[in-house]
Amino acid sequence: MIDVAAALGWGLLATALLTLVMSASQGLGWSRISLPYMLGTIFSPRRDRALAIGSGLHAVIGLAVAVGYALVFEGWGEAGVVRGAVLGLFHGAFVLVVGMELLPAWHPRMASRHRGPTPTRQLEPPGFLALNYGWATPLVTLLAHVLYGAVLGACYPVGA
Amino acid sequence: MRNASSECAPASGTESFPAIGDYALIGDCGSAALVSKAGSVDWLCLPRFDSPSLFAAILDRERGGCFRVAPVAPFRSRRRYVGETAVLETEFRTDSGVLRLRDCMVAAPERVEVGALWPEHQLLRELQCIEGRVEVEVLCDPRFDYGRRRIRPQVRGELGIFLPDRGDVAVVGSEIPLAVSDGPIRGRSVLHAGDRRFLSLAFDQGEPAVIPPLGDHAARNLEATLDYWRGWSGHCDYEGPHREQVVRSAITLKLMTYAASGAVVAAPTTSLPERIGGVRNWDYRYCWLRDACFTLRALFELGYTEEGTAFFSWLLHTTHHSHARLRVLYDVFGGSAPREHELGGLSGYRGSLPVRVGNAARDQLQLDLYGELIASAFEYVRRGGALGRWSARLLTAVGDRVCELWDRPDRGIWEIRSADRRHTHSVAMCWLALDRLLEMDRVGHLRLSNRRRTRFQQEARRIREAVEAHGWSQRRKCFVDVFDGDQVDSSLLLLALYGFVSPGDPRMRATYERIHEELSRDGLLMRYAHGRDDGLPPGEGTFGVCSFWAAEYLARAGRVDEAESRFEKLCGYGNDLGLFAEEVDPRDGSARGNFPQAFTHVGLIGAALAISEARGARPEAGLAGREERRHAGRMPGAHEADDLHTGPGS
Repeated sequence: MIDVAAALGWGLLATALLTLVMSASQGLGWSRISLPYMLGTIFSPRRDRALAIGSGLHAVIGLAVAVGYALVFEGWGEAGVVRGAVLGLFHGAFVLVVGMELLPAWHPRMASRHRGPTPTRQLEPPGFLALNYGWATPLVTLLAHVLYGAVLGACYPVGA
Repeated sequence: MRNASSECAPASGTESFPAIGDYALIGDCGSAALVSKAGSVDWLCLPRFDSPSLFAAILDRERGGCFRVAPVAPFRSRRRYVGETAVLETEFRTDSGVLRLRDCMVAAPERVEVGALWPEHQLLRELQCIEGRVEVEVLCDPRFDYGRRRIRPQVRGELGIFLPDRGDVAVVGSEIPLAVSDGPIRGRSVLHAGDRRFLSLAFDQGEPAVIPPLGDHAARNLEATLDYWRGWSGHCDYEGPHREQVVRSAITLKLMTYAASGAVVAAPTTSLPERIGGVRNWDYRYCWLRDACFTLRALFELGYTEEGTAFFSWLLHTTHHSHARLRVLYDVFGGSAPREHELGGLSGYRGSLPVRVGNAARDQLQLDLYGELIASAFEYVRRGGALGRWSARLLTAVGDRVCELWDRPDRGIWEIRSADRRHTHSVAMCWLALDRLLEMDRVGHLRLSNRRRTRFQQEARRIREAVEAHGWSQRRKCFVDVFDGDQVDSSLLLLALYGFVSPGDPRMRATYERIHEELSRDGLLMRYAHGRDDGLPPGEGTFGVCSFWAAEYLARAGRVDEAESRFEKLCGYGNDLGLFAEEVDPRDGSARGNFPQAFTHVGLIGAALAISEARGARPEAGLAGREERRHAGRMPGAHEADDLHTGPGS
């Protein structure tokens, strides 16, 4: 039986840290990846509105995934920093390799390398490992997800 | 005949630089680009006016970078803006045909914007062959950070050519096939009559890029930009003489307005020299408080209430941040402008070094700014605006500061780099600050305590006595530039325009005559006499804004024919598009200094308004005269300029 409240509570902290790392990398010019912006533009083309919607959605996804992490930890019977970090590494790699590759197929405003931009699809696609957004993007994304997993692993009370 | 090979790289030498007046301005109220008569974008800073440049061929033909589109064959070019818009149209005539190039930075009306993603900035270029057959060459050579970083372009198929630089990304799109090598991005294509091609450079910062499609989408964006500017200039309610020049000046001011905050930069360029080969090369991509009042009046008088209100909010917001200790210049968000430093690696316009970024005037004491701020507030309330509690408190604190500072020497309106002096104009502007505060108190726009009212009255009286005693030369029978001095300068014209003395006052008439005799060169005015110690080697030209002040003075003094004649002559010193630099070289009438300059255009509008009013075509709206200080009805859409924490730029 998972402790949903704990998963959500620590999930909030982990999501905040992940967002902090990703935003810092944007601010420092290391990467142009912006998960809130990419998510938000699914719903609105307006930059400010997209960022607001995307930030909310990103937080909700962060909480939902935290519940998933809790399920895995319960299945393993224990959590811990290392287990959490490994799970985060897998999570980040999945986002980069699979998620980013599939994104142009289902994002209604994202262009693709083969079709080019259209009046409705103008957003730059991430490309393999999201390298289109800067060479540091995979590193930053992995680091942020490892941190996310490590926080959950360290703080989630398995079997409580 | 111009030869295309003389543009940008690889040509070098001072002769390859177009004249400063050969440039046109396009922009999107966030940044602006200069386009030469030969179709080359030689200056563009992104994402805002004071950002490092992407194209800076105007400051270095080899290392600056440019985006050139022009016929391969020798051509003659002529250009115009499309109606009352900021869309530039250049027509190239070659022996084989005629090519039309339309350039703009996309600025679409809000109703269009909401439906689609938009890049932060987009430079859009439309090529159309009008007659015959023209072979076109494209050369795009972006160099980030003032030419210091050349980014290897990434070709991403149908998406375009990407130039990522740290957190920024520029995306070049083209309907003319482009090739990428180690050097610039290049392309050539033959166009026949009726053929149309688009080129685009989009820019985003910190986020995935938005890649605007070309073709019909680009055509719609160009049309939307034309609609935006037509709509904007259609709001201009000036119908007096010289309307064309006034509207062009208003559009130019709008192009130098940072829409997100309402701030107006002095010019979109840095280090265009006041003298070729000289050292008077300054960075003007910041917002000076100077001339705030004239700018505000120009915007309101032309019917641009929204821009005027935004500009006034920016003024208050900025002042609030500096706690009533005014700085000379600020960035577009009201923060400190950067410290002045010299950029290495650029040759400078025709070898004029140094190339500077930042401006050392930021740390000077210039007392006239206090008068400018208070006079702007007065202008704002006079036109129906209302001051809230915080604004009133702030302005009152500025008055206190004036009482503390007015008898100190300062660097004055000309920002001299030698010693501080007691400048007559600066001290008179301190009087103006207190006088306008007392007037606003009298009519109820703000409330002064009895103690403060008395203090302001006493200090205003002392200041006036000081100016009349020390700013007037009994020997020369005129006002003089510094206390107990014996020279005139053009700033003394402002004594009449701001109402320190009436334009018809014999003292002012005498002062005007001295200025005209000593500083006038073929209808143009210098700021001050050659040889005056301003801390720099000699070599400046005549000042555009001073020349327009003279025309305004003449109109307000009732010498309307003289004013009109002077105004028309001055307009002849603008370039073929009606744009003015900071200075004019009196020897050949060429533009000098940063280009275009907002204050010169503000001066043009002020002079035109004064002439129009003197001719009875408009009601009186000058800045001087107590009889004018009556309450206007509250203007439609006017805001209380009080909520400093939610105002633009907060």
